[in-house]
Amino acid sequence: MSALITISNLKKAYGSFTVLHGIDLDIAQGEVVCVIGPSGSGKSTLIRCINHLEAFDADSEITVDGIAVKPGRALAKVRAEVGMVFQSFNLFPHMTVLRNVMLAPMRVRHTKTSDAEKYARALLQRVGISEQADKYPGQLSGGQQQRVAIARALAMEPKVLLFDEPTSALDPEMVGEVLDVMKKLAGTGVTMVIVTHEMGFARQVADRVIFMDDGNIIEAGPPAQIFDQPVEARTKSFLHAVLDH
Amino acid sequence: MDLYSTFFNVPVLLASLPQLLSGLLVTLQIGITSIICGLIGGLFLAVTRLYAPVFVCAIVRLYIDIFRSIPLLVLLIVVYYALPFVGIRLSPFLSAVAALTLVSSAYTAEIFRAGIEAIPHGQFEASAALGLSNRHTMMDVILPQAIRIVIPPLTNNCINVMKDTALASVVAMPDLLKQATQAQALSANPTPLIGAALIYLILLWPMVVVVARLEKRYSKGKR
Ligand SMILES: Nc1ncnc2c1ncn2[C@@H]1O[C@H](COP(=O)(O)OP(=O)(O)OP(=O)(O)O)[C@@H](O)[C@H]1O
Ligand SMILES: [Mg+2]
Repeated sequence: MSALITISNLKKAYGSFTVLHGIDLDIAQGEVVCVIGPSGSGKSTLIRCINHLEAFDADSEITVDGIAVKPGRALAKVRAEVGMVFQSFNLFPHMTVLRNVMLAPMRVRHTKTSDAEKYARALLQRVGISEQADKYPGQLSGGQQQRVAIARALAMEPKVLLFDEPTSALDPEMVGEVLDVMKKLAGTGVTMVIVTHEMGFARQVADRVIFMDDGNIIEAGPPAQIFDQPVEARTKSFLHAVLDH
Repeated sequence: MDLYSTFFNVPVLLASLPQLLSGLLVTLQIGITSIICGLIGGLFLAVTRLYAPVFVCAIVRLYIDIFRSIPLLVLLIVVYYALPFVGIRLSPFLSAVAALTLVSSAYTAEIFRAGIEAIPHGQFEASAALGLSNRHTMMDVILPQAIRIVIPPLTNNCINVMKDTALASVVAMPDLLKQATQAQALSANPTPLIGAALIYLILLWPMVVVVARLEKRYSKGKR
């Protein structure tokens, strides 16, 4: 089993403040990885390096499907294969939901409008919001917007989906609908890297849970191992703190 | 009564009207050409400043600062009277358009920059994550949103350019003001000047009203 994503010695600093201290991580095709850890531990930074939304150290190396992630021509290829879902949705407010989903295939892949529309409608159906296709993002609830964002990311038929706390900006009653969509996705063979505070979800869906603290991976393993028999003291105290309330 | 026949002399006004209207045409030509060139130049400068290497950005910033500082009248006189000494001889029309465009581009660039900067960073990130090129990010995502923000100040800038066309009369351009002063000299009566002032008013007042409406609409609606 060869890795779809390889991360080796990933280092990242803001001035003298080091955010990532040389992370090594391989993620297999189809694997669902949940990244957990305290605020400021570098979770967002880690996944944002995978599609180079953040620049990283020159002697660090990331590859996606064999392509090196670095500025230049190949980056467009990487980004076409890596979809991302943000905490704050970041939908395009001046376009209808349908156009949001159609845009990237039309511009990046030069898909015909009619084909892009057909696929976009199918995706919206899949995330359960086909009736909202002609509305604008501002007219939708947070949960609906996040599902549009997932459909938009899926429109490029990515091999990898990155999620940065996709439910943290949602009202509690809408968290479930988004997590349900993600659960369904996890069964389709797409590789997912999910930063989340939803421990129940991580336990249920993840193939592997990664606990980060202070820019390092402290502990990684199957959910049962991380949640039930953590080895590291820092993992224990973090889980103790979040699972207690 | 004497006042009336001095400033609002109808026969004099009617006699000078063809001259004033031909001046208006020149004013509109100078104004519209400069506005269009200024918009294109300003957009180009603003986008360059966003994506170009640092030293190019520094040059753009220098350009913007210089042309926002220099008085337009001084610039116009330099272009028309000084450049011939280095072999660059522009017609009055081109001198006026060049000076107005140089300055308008600088202001327009600042307006576009402010509009682009007002777009949340997440819009750039979402575009990048989808693999959109810089060009498509601008054309499809950023500029359509920024346009709402920049339309009122851009319209304001258009008004200023239109007003400033009157300076072209100092380089012997037969624009509205120049025609009016000539008609005044000819008829020994200031009515043509009043006529010109009224024409400027009729031309620009509606634009001023439109700007006020736009500002009101965009300030309360939409995000
Ligand atoms: N632009 C920046 N400039 C300086 N420091 C930054 C910047 N962005 C992030 N950091 C710092 O990097 C560290 C890691 O940030 P990151 O967003 O990756 O953490 P996180 O684990 O995602 O936290 P959270 O759970 O709060 O989202 C934090 O200490 C943060 O303050
Ligand atoms: Mg984060």
